[in-house]
Amino acid sequence: MTEARAQAAIAAGVAPTGPTAGVAGNPLFEYLCRMGDDRLVLGHRLSEWAGHAPILEEDIALSNFALDFVGQAAALLKLAGEVEGKGRDEDALAYHRDENEFRNVLLVELPRGDFAFTMVRQYLFDAFDVLALERLVKSRHEVLAGIAAKALKEAKYHARHSGEWVVRLGDGTEESHRRTQAALDALWSYPSEFFVADGVDAAMVEQGIGLDLPSLKAPWEITVRETLTRATLTVPNDPRIVRGGRLGRHSEHLGHMLAQMQILPRSHPGAQW
Amino acid sequence: MTVAAAEDPVKLSEFEARLERGETIEPKDWMPEKYRKQLIRMMSQHAHSEVVGMLPEGNWITRAPSLRRKMVLLAKVQDEGGHGLYIYCGTETLGVGREELIEQLLAGKAKYSSIFNYPTLTWADIGVIGWLVDGAAIVNQTMLAKTSYGPYARAMIRICKEENFHKRQGYEICSVMAKGTPAQRAMVQDAVNRWWWPSLMMFGPSDGTSPNSAELMRWRVKRETNDALRQRFVNLTIPQAQAIGLTVPDPDLRYNAETENWEFGAIDWSEFQAVIAGNGPCNRERLAARRKAHDEGAWVRAAAEAHADKQAARNSEHAA
Repeated sequence: MTEARAQAAIAAGVAPTGPTAGVAGNPLFEYLCRMGDDRLVLGHRLSEWAGHAPILEEDIALSNFALDFVGQAAALLKLAGEVEGKGRDEDALAYHRDENEFRNVLLVELPRGDFAFTMVRQYLFDAFDVLALERLVKSRHEVLAGIAAKALKEAKYHARHSGEWVVRLGDGTEESHRRTQAALDALWSYPSEFFVADGVDAAMVEQGIGLDLPSLKAPWEITVRETLTRATLTVPNDPRIVRGGRLGRHSEHLGHMLAQMQILPRSHPGAQW
Repeated sequence: MTVAAAEDPVKLSEFEARLERGETIEPKDWMPEKYRKQLIRMMSQHAHSEVVGMLPEGNWITRAPSLRRKMVLLAKVQDEGGHGLYIYCGTETLGVGREELIEQLLAGKAKYSSIFNYPTLTWADIGVIGWLVDGAAIVNQTMLAKTSYGPYARAMIRICKEENFHKRQGYEICSVMAKGTPAQRAMVQDAVNRWWWPSLMMFGPSDGTSPNSAELMRWRVKRETNDALRQRFVNLTIPQAQAIGLTVPDPDLRYNAETENWEFGAIDWSEFQAVIAGNGPCNRERLAARRKAHDEGAWVRAAAEAHADKQAARNSEHAA
């Protein structure tokens, strides 16, 4: 597929190839998978810290955040399965989709890195999450609005926690500053993918269900830059094009993560756990 | 606390009289130095066990077979961290800080429950740990909820509630697997076979050979003996195993209708001693993992401290 055709496919909200072709007929399903997958994958990455964090309080906090995100993912994917109407529940969607059927942004699937990398990534996501959920609580879709309302409380707490860590690490020691700046340099281009709207998003805005993603970019930048300034960090100029996750084109990392996450249900078809 | 004070016979007899009346000892009360030491030893072992115990279960969070199981396991591991934190705070009331205790753990000087030196090889291990290991812990901790030291007793009441939830979810995992496919049934039976004897060892050595039991009983830190608790655990657990069609790997197991006890075979204490001495299957891995987390987190802790200092300096500048 050429880049031009891919762009056209993005604009039309059509997944270009693969087993999810045809979701254009059901943008809400696609939309819910995007939200659910972001949270499932990020929750998984956070859960990798359990027992290995720098302080016991963070073992607890990161497990708790992982739990929040997996919980949100379960609710969203359950709803996605109902909307799809093909008998797939949240576990079928989490454990029996292939890598190219996942719809998360690339930011969340990157390996967890060091604590600075995890916290910067988390803050970049959390700052977006709060803004997005504040709008989604007004969604015309009542179940989605309900999920968003519950998630918003959690997201505000996450953003405060990760934001404070970004400041603490950026404005801490020379080493912590260096590590945090390196994390920011590596990650800065990834959030651009949050704000790319395609046909799916357009349909959701039109139906009063979803939100206008590009309109979140400016408020997100204001919030994030304010925190980064407090953290004494320099905002990088990174012109990389980072996108593809929403269409199932991922980094090299997601496949490894899913291989681990999905191994049991895939090895024992039909078994209940 | 000076040694002279600890040996003060008047204070000691007052202290023992209080215990006799069933009173609890609070942080500001006088206590014999040996009592304080025994409590610090027990509580730090307990806290370390919670923290090290995050590792074998953490090993399966990323591979939990359903979202619900993943959430329950995350919540459980989070609880364990919380218990660790809570009990470390309890030891602070006895004058020992968390940092000092963690250093003892990482240096290999402090003990933690020998059970966590066994590997979690399949998903069934997560069920069996909840059912047997947390089940054994509850039997022990229910007794400790009545221990003579107030802060520890109160911590135990709260911890027991959560452990009960852990045990129930573990048993439920086992029960679902025992009703599952032949591969699942084999998996859960294999896990029971591997964890059964180490679970019985969790209560510690036999009464006759336990170095600390007598003193702990006299001061009502412990209210029951290791062997009595172990018997209670076996009596509770065997019917649970039978209910879901699992067996325990003990050819000598039999029910004694007269005593109403499930009598079990001889425990291999040489294995217990080897694990306690640091030579269990995973001792080195567990400590290495905790050391790695601690070492790799050093810059984070330093950063938090440096930032707090900077903030304090800025605030005092504002105030000035």
